[in-house]
Amino acid sequence: MPRLVSHPDEVKIISRRFGLGATDIGKYIELDGYKAVQAAISKGPEWIISEMKASGLRGRGGAGFPTGMKWSFVPKQSEKAKYVLVNGDESEPGTCKDHLIFLYDPHAVIEGTMIAGIAIGAKMGFIYLRGEYRYLLKIMEKAVADAYAKGFLGKNIFGSGVDFDIVTQTGAGAYEVGEESALMESLEGKRGVPRIKPPFPAVVGLYGGPTVINNVETIASVPHILLMSGEAYAKVGSERNGGTRLFGISGHVERPGVYELPMGYNLKKAIYDVAGGVRGGKKLKAVVPGGSSTPVLTADEIDVGLDFDQMGKAGTMLGSGGIVVLDETVCMVEFALRTIKFYQHESCGWCIPCREGTDWLKKSITRLHEGGAVDKDIDNIRYLAENMLGRTFCPLGDAAAMPTIGFVQKFRKEFEDHLNGRGCPYKHSLEREEALV
Amino acid sequence: MADVTFTVDGKKLTAPAGTLLIDACKAAGIEVPAFCYYPGLSLQAACRMCVVRLEKVPKLQTACTTTVAEGMVVYTETDEIKQARKATIELLLGNHPLDCPVCDAGGECELQDMTFKYGAGESKYVEIKQHREEQQWSPVVYFDRPRCILCYRCVRVCGEGMDVWALGVENRGVSSVIAPNGGDHLNCEECGMCIDICPVGALTSGTYRYKTRPWEMNHVGTVCTHCGDGCKTTLGVRAVNDGVEIIRGDNRDKSGINGDFLCIKGRYAFDFANNQERLTKPLVRQADGKLASVNWEHAIDFAAQRLKEVRGSRGGKAIGVIGSNRTTNEENYLLQKFARTVLGTNNIDHHRTADYAAFTAALQGRADREASLRDFASAPAILLLGNDPTEQHPALAWQIRTNVRLNRARLYVANHAEIKLRRQAKAAVTIPQIGYASFVEYLSGNDGVFAGNANTSAFRDSVRKEESLLIVFGSEFRGRDIASLVQFGLSLPNVKFACLGDYANSRGAADMGVLPDLLPGYVPVSAPAHFAEEYGSALPTEPGFDMVEMFDAATRGDLSALYVVGSNPVARYGMDASALKNTFLIVQDMFLTETAVLADVIFPSANLYEKAGTATNTYGDLQLVKKAADKAGVRTDFELIVRLAEKMGTHPKNLVPFGKGVRADFGQSRGVQSGEADRHAVWLAANDLEPKLSPFDPFAIFDEIQRLVPAYNVPRLNLLAGNDEHLKSELVQIDTNATRRDLVLPSQDGLYTSGTLGNYSAKLKEVVASHTTMNATETAAD
Amino acid sequence: MATEKTTIFSPELAARFDKLVTLYPVRRSALVPMLLYAQDEVGYISTAVIAEVAERIGIRENDVQSVLSYYSMLRTKPAGKYNVQVCTNISCMVCDGYKILEHCKKRLGIGHKEVTSDGLFSLEEVECIGACCWAPAIQINYDFYDELTPEKMDQILDDYKAGRGKETV
Repeated sequence: MPRLVSHPDEVKIISRRFGLGATDIGKYIELDGYKAVQAAISKGPEWIISEMKASGLRGRGGAGFPTGMKWSFVPKQSEKAKYVLVNGDESEPGTCKDHLIFLYDPHAVIEGTMIAGIAIGAKMGFIYLRGEYRYLLKIMEKAVADAYAKGFLGKNIFGSGVDFDIVTQTGAGAYEVGEESALMESLEGKRGVPRIKPPFPAVVGLYGGPTVINNVETIASVPHILLMSGEAYAKVGSERNGGTRLFGISGHVERPGVYELPMGYNLKKAIYDVAGGVRGGKKLKAVVPGGSSTPVLTADEIDVGLDFDQMGKAGTMLGSGGIVVLDETVCMVEFALRTIKFYQHESCGWCIPCREGTDWLKKSITRLHEGGAVDKDIDNIRYLAENMLGRTFCPLGDAAAMPTIGFVQKFRKEFEDHLNGRGCPYKHSLEREEALV
Repeated sequence: MADVTFTVDGKKLTAPAGTLLIDACKAAGIEVPAFCYYPGLSLQAACRMCVVRLEKVPKLQTACTTTVAEGMVVYTETDEIKQARKATIELLLGNHPLDCPVCDAGGECELQDMTFKYGAGESKYVEIKQHREEQQWSPVVYFDRPRCILCYRCVRVCGEGMDVWALGVENRGVSSVIAPNGGDHLNCEECGMCIDICPVGALTSGTYRYKTRPWEMNHVGTVCTHCGDGCKTTLGVRAVNDGVEIIRGDNRDKSGINGDFLCIKGRYAFDFANNQERLTKPLVRQADGKLASVNWEHAIDFAAQRLKEVRGSRGGKAIGVIGSNRTTNEENYLLQKFARTVLGTNNIDHHRTADYAAFTAALQGRADREASLRDFASAPAILLLGNDPTEQHPALAWQIRTNVRLNRARLYVANHAEIKLRRQAKAAVTIPQIGYASFVEYLSGNDGVFAGNANTSAFRDSVRKEESLLIVFGSEFRGRDIASLVQFGLSLPNVKFACLGDYANSRGAADMGVLPDLLPGYVPVSAPAHFAEEYGSALPTEPGFDMVEMFDAATRGDLSALYVVGSNPVARYGMDASALKNTFLIVQDMFLTETAVLADVIFPSANLYEKAGTATNTYGDLQLVKKAADKAGVRTDFELIVRLAEKMGTHPKNLVPFGKGVRADFGQSRGVQSGEADRHAVWLAANDLEPKLSPFDPFAIFDEIQRLVPAYNVPRLNLLAGNDEHLKSELVQIDTNATRRDLVLPSQDGLYTSGTLGNYSAKLKEVVASHTTMNATETAAD
Repeated sequence: MATEKTTIFSPELAARFDKLVTLYPVRRSALVPMLLYAQDEVGYISTAVIAEVAERIGIRENDVQSVLSYYSMLRTKPAGKYNVQVCTNISCMVCDGYKILEHCKKRLGIGHKEVTSDGLFSLEEVECIGACCWAPAIQINYDFYDELTPEKMDQILDDYKAGRGKETV
């Protein structure tokens, strides 16, 4: 069972019910549950959207698009039914925050989904969890059933005259399905290949209807925002980055775990104060700040605020909030290889640059790691990654290319140390690894 | 939509708003490269080759998914873009086998062309290439996986285009692979569209693979010899020691009425021409009753003398002529002229598969009431009565499907069977097989004759509300039923009709007067009008025997000679072979067919791929037939008719108006080899004729047809350029009161059969056999 | 309708499938969940599963094949009764995830995607399973085990061998 952690610097908004038994609907109600949705019903869509805009909440999946604005793009009138889709396909390596939300506060996801539905005029919501999260699906299924039993879901919710239904399901193992349009394809029973955009989901989404699709954390934040007011939520965070965020700090730290910190919180403090610093007193080598797709930061680059804009200025991205801390023992070539292996395995294969590019990167870095490369191979790896960047059908290609470029750029010396038959000077993790098929 | 103005590479362009940038560029002569984009198929944006730079947009954008907008500024060939394309090609070539020297696609490969253009000349990878064995998916489809670049064109053309959905993508990422629906084989319609559309050599053809290099062939665009759709097919031919052999049929010239489409027969079933059983020497029945090969001079002379004798002793009435559904218009025209002017008989007919005479009569020369095959690609609504186009008129089915898919055309289907096109139908009704005529009555508003229900009533209402409709009907309609149907149609606004018949030139045979009562252009023999003067001899004015009557007459001993050209009435029309035991029988054919074995003289003839002329499809689209192949030993039907006439004492000029004053053969009849022209030259010299213009020139006859059959007087330049011209039905004058026996017998051909010809196509037989075995295995497994 | 016909699934699962296809605006949406549940019951996606699922949804078998081959959790060959999935992605990797994998290989005597001869266990190296902060982590079927050491791993395998393991389905 995932261990809960705590630190005085945390501002517990979304995680305030964690560990308090809120999977029980009675307990959830006791902890202010289902109040926000009732407020939403009485005050109406315009109020909801204006609160959401005021909150400065930006998509917690990684792209950071302002949620209130996203909702406002959904046309008021639509011939086709509208839908709310909750993206719980949490698969970005280094990320496990939604895991905890499903585990400890499932009703917040339901309530947030309902509010999104009211805001855009949808009558149906889908909560899609990654296939590995079967035990969390069970928790969600029970929560949904309890909400139906209470009459919170179904016909005429809270006497509003509005119907709202929620269907929960899981995927079956595919990182790419975390991409919003691929998720819709998967939910429609197809291969998880993204769709051509435009049209964007807000106009043509699930089953061709206007669809709001949000990350679990985003959705679960919604009831809290309505309860505390958008303005109050915005104040917690930094400029243009409202509220708090669940940061999962993993890797070589003394106290790994998921911490809820205000947006803009200093990364160095997060590692050294909140997570207790580098494990075993070792030297910090690098930090992957927001899931495996975000470009790596060296030990010298971590004095930076954790929000979308500050991280962007630092040449990386806030991403999914998964902070992976690497000490001096890690071989960066091996780390780059494990990263690209993942993207190679998860590329949907639809477009040429991603399908072929991730594969050639994997092959090239494998050879380099094993000592079979020469000088120009390093440039070739970079050339490959740079030629994928911005050229692929969906962001997966970028997600593979960006960190690769970062590794080569910032740790070129380590790459060079592997050249000309020398192989890896570090203690291998992958010594007898087998290819993932 | 309104036009917008935008700039591409500094050029100001205009196109309707909503046009895809890639199409707008192409229309302006700016080629944006693409593998996955294919006009008319769904968008993929997968190959990333068509990336372009749009001003004020941070990333490169795909031109295949960008629609043009006012003021848009686009760059299509900057260094950045060239580099992006080069990098993409490098990635593709990384694992590509580069077996171009032996690859079927070598020389006509889009990957080669792009590599040439963007110069991905340096190999960046040292890893071993992943080899996969080639797979055979069907008798006609092979798959070479390492060559595949995953553009998904095959998947889409099979699914969206053909509505077969036999190809899909399996696995993901770099393991993604195109997979057939049968696991290791295809269960499909074997159309080969996937091969045609493949930009590389990943999908190859069972007939063509490893046979030759594309540049070693000549490519001749002509008309398919099989069904009545008359698709344009491009035949790849190569010189061999006994002539010129066809080694490939495809649709590389997409200008034809069939658009992108070609079915299994057009693509693969040319192989009958190379069949070992092909006759190449004239045969004459000897005193011992056996057929023996003789030389041409003897055979023609022998046949001519016998015909002359019969004509002399019993008159033309004792001679019958049966024409073909697969020869050219010129040959059929010439045949009836030969019958009527040389033999002096109206005993001429052909195997009728549709009642074109009744159809023409019903239209009464109204202008613009006949639908071209092209019309089916754009008509807003189509009513299909009877027939199963998927099996019998695959190109029509393609046009209809495409129209429904791309233009949301409304298709109404009334049929006694569960035909596949019902899937595309907006509304469909099932009617009894004998209920078509009463259903038309019902459509006309007469409730008394057809037991309707809510469904048929809604169907009727929808059809009658259409403001522009194509009515297409099968051989379920004949004679008076056609008249009623046309009458019903004419009660609606903007209706056009199409009458579906089988075989490549059934329509031409009827139009050219290969009928006992009608001259070319459906002019009654009883009132031959200008034909009497033109033909310069006393034309018989009594209608002659039709096909059945000829055999009846033969049984009675009233038919002493029968000349059968490219037809097999014994097998295909169920005529009694024994009827001919006392009739002198001349057969012109490629094979020793069920009819030919009875003959006294057999002339081995050329097929439609070995001659020039014109052919008319069932919709009245006239097209140029170009000579593609050549077979030593055989003669065209045209040549044989002329030489037979000459041996009977008729000067060729009386049949064929060649010589001074008419337009010459510009080489069309010569085909790709000069051999035939040389042969003609020898014959012409020997007969003291001007060698520049040949009595075997079909265009001399086409001149005459255009002059005497006004419907065929279409613009000639376009036709000779290889394009189709729709007949001018308003110029058909016909006696509408004539009643005629119903002699229509549909061919009953499906996708894999083609009358007698089909029996000689090894590929068709192989496909049928493979389906039988597969079905057997699958049934056993159940 | 479908339950009246012969089914290869248990009555409970068949009934569940009957309901599942009605939950969504289109039947096909039930495809991925159906395949997972069928796999849970049958052990893998057999050709019979493909045929019945295709029929229940009303799509072609090759469509089902195309979809199922996309998702890495769906398999067309049987796995062990307990499928041990060891994460070696970045967070687990730096926390000795490969050591756990090696340990499992030795302990079970099988490699990646192999099954023990008694059919009890199979082993798989998997991508990130979303337990990064509790690395190294594994899943046995659908159950998570985290903050593992070789010793803890032995205990877990012993428990499953003795029939004491968790079995979330």
